Amino acid sequence: MLHTMETQFGDIDGRRVADIGCGSGRLSIGSAMLGAGYVLGIDIDEDALDICYNNLTDLEISTVDMLRMDALALPPSLCKCFDTVVMNPPFGTKHNKGIDMKFLRAGLELSTTAVYSLHKTSTREHILKVCNDWGVKAQVVAELRYDIPATYKHHKKRSVDIEVDFYRFEPANK
Amino acid sequence: MKILTHNMLTSNIIKSVKDGYPLKIAATEVQEVDVDFNPEFIQRLLAKLNWSVICEAITQLDATKDIELPENLTDEVKEDEDMLRKIHHVLLEVEVIEGKLICPETGREFPINKGIPNMLLNDEEV
Repeated sequence: MLHTMETQFGDIDGRRVADIGCGSGRLSIGSAMLGAGYVLGIDIDEDALDICYNNLTDLEISTVDMLRMDALALPPSLCKCFDTVVMNPPFGTKHNKGIDMKFLRAGLELSTTAVYSLHKTSTREHILKVCNDWGVKAQVVAELRYDIPATYKHHKKRSVDIEVDFYRFEPANK
Repeated sequence: MKILTHNMLTSNIIKSVKDGYPLKIAATEVQEVDVDFNPEFIQRLLAKLNWSVICEAITQLDATKDIELPENLTDEVKEDEDMLRKIHHVLLEVEVIEGKLICPETGREFPINKGIPNMLLNDEEV
């Protein structure tokens, strides 16, 4: 994924990158390894940031900074502070439907150039329509299969394969 | 927390706070790391920074309080490699590991642990 962002679009090397909902920091670390000048990983969860911190220390990565914050309540001071935003947002379930679009909205606020994100293929029509309404250019860069292991008791299967689109979005007010 | 990150943070996510900027820094542990110097990156960054806040921030840390930065970012500064290296160091290589950020209006403290500022608010603050 990150490789495509860099080789096809030149959106990582020497760029300022934000990783919203960074979790254990996979995208932050990848961005740093591909030459991002500065990466800010943002997550609300302390345990995830702890893992991220340990990963950064182990790999001796020094260009990534982290922030514990609610990605859906970011201060306006962060707006347009980043060239590129990368994220792997929660897809949303019965209870928090549309949360991936809220993440996308936040990403578009922070970025001047490009937002990369993953969304369920089944929502493609909806996403393209919403982006059209927002004046945001949306491009499906690749279709992926995503294996989600069962994490809750009410999950009946051990894991499910879902189809996921890998998008590149361009904020409207460049 | 790098000084570059501090430049982008406010406490005006709290409902009673107007600007909340800049946050005061109280550090108990600071670390210096090595980051590859990329002059073009720093030059592009300069256009986006709140420079006076950088100048103020470095006076609050022992590790940077003796570093002299120009008051204004003239074109000369932007072309001066030694100066760009200095700015690079201040922005990216100095990290507050333990300490806190303090809201200039309310005194609300945001702890920094393991280099990570915790900017989460309580429900009644939002």
